[in-house]
Amino acid sequence: MAKKERMSGNEAVAYGIKQVNPDVMPAFPITPSTEIPQFVSTMIANGEIDTEFIPVESEHSSMSAAMGSEAAGARTLTATSSAGLAFMWEVLYVAASSRLPICMTVVNRALTGPLNINADHSDSMGARDSGWLQIYAETNQEVYDNFLQAYRIAEHPDVRLPIMICQDGFITSHAVQNITLWDDEPIKQFVGEYNPEHYLLKHNEPMAVGPYAVSNYCMEAKRAQAEGMIKAKQVILDVAKEFEEVTGQKYGLFEAYDLEDAEYAMVAIGSICGGIKDAIDELREQGMKVGLLKIRVFRPFPAQEIAEALRNCKAVAILDRAEGYSSQGGPVGADVRAALCKYKVYAENVNILYGLSGRDTKVEELVEVYHQLEQLANGENPFDEYPYLGLRG
Amino acid sequence: MALQAKDINEQTKWQDLTEGLQIYEPATSRLFETGEWRTQRPVVDYDKCIHCLLCVPYCPDSCITVEDNKKKGLDYDHCKGCGICAAACPFGAITMVEGN
Repeated sequence: MAKKERMSGNEAVAYGIKQVNPDVMPAFPITPSTEIPQFVSTMIANGEIDTEFIPVESEHSSMSAAMGSEAAGARTLTATSSAGLAFMWEVLYVAASSRLPICMTVVNRALTGPLNINADHSDSMGARDSGWLQIYAETNQEVYDNFLQAYRIAEHPDVRLPIMICQDGFITSHAVQNITLWDDEPIKQFVGEYNPEHYLLKHNEPMAVGPYAVSNYCMEAKRAQAEGMIKAKQVILDVAKEFEEVTGQKYGLFEAYDLEDAEYAMVAIGSICGGIKDAIDELREQGMKVGLLKIRVFRPFPAQEIAEALRNCKAVAILDRAEGYSSQGGPVGADVRAALCKYKVYAENVNILYGLSGRDTKVEELVEVYHQLEQLANGENPFDEYPYLGLRG
Repeated sequence: MALQAKDINEQTKWQDLTEGLQIYEPATSRLFETGEWRTQRPVVDYDKCIHCLLCVPYCPDSCITVEDNKKKGLDYDHCKGCGICAAACPFGAITMVEGN
């Protein structure tokens, strides 16, 4: 029987790690993800899991060690945040191009500067083009469930790419929420053992990983890598369906909340979606047709599905918790707008920056955005030229 | 079944390449003719060579071939023309000549 508990997002991920029992975890501590390797170390010390923990001197080393162990044939895990993720940068691309399905639990925190340790998406959003799959969570339940599905997606023969399982720093990672924990046995069966076809420690098969590729081969290799990302979409849906059979929890590429008949919609990622749902509930009671598209899978980007889901909206606000510094807004805005354009969805749209570096976003501010969307659809654009939510000035 | 290294060439389509360009067999560097990189070539004067074979362990690319304890020749398919053998030879039997 599944059991009801209450715990933080970091604890929830650690509980998932206990059930998956990965082979190797190299990690270096950084706020707010530090608790994850701490919990793992405790579980190892208590004999609850037999994961090999490698303490390393930096995140460049943790990702390099993760590549080595994954290439050797071991199911590998690491965790990081912010500057730690930035320090892995070089190796992130190598892990993806070498087709090593490492799982990294990312606890999203702002990249400096100004120096700050709180939640925003600038760390993982910066790595959105690195070739890693990215799945985001609104709640501790979602990050737990996403983690349990991670290896099934990443290790699938059609995909073979590393995966980031993201949650918002402190808001999700440290706040305690109710959660349903699944029984060990069905989860162990669902996740299964890792049996790669090729690996460095395979007897009688010498192997080279990451060889130099001259220009005459590099582009073909990149196209082949892109195919893994393209095919991941269906694999994510298939794995989610199987997960639903085990747990009853439903997951897709995104969650549509009151979106079916919505005239005004928001598109957002992560913990903010709880506040948006509150705003929707309030406005729906007043008869306003508002909805939310909560992106769960950002890489691969489900462009067509998102565009179709927004097709009948009059106005859409795309929320970004990371500056793009393109002078046009943030990364979610860029991708969603490109999707709307590609699939000829002509809703009015605005890209709003919110919650940067842990700035709290209030429900009343979100309610106001829906009212502003209505004005926008009526031809009176109330938004700033470069909209920041909850900004002084 | 993944392609073998010898079957991969510049006509190979992206769909047929191995995942991440991984190679699943040993000693495939023989197939990669690094001799194309050479701008100078080592030439042996066998009148001066006493077959001491000192050049052999110095060669970083194992390009000096030996038969019956005698130096047989140079593997120009893989020699990069680095000149270490010429510098190592105590008898001045190897000279570097301009051009590939």
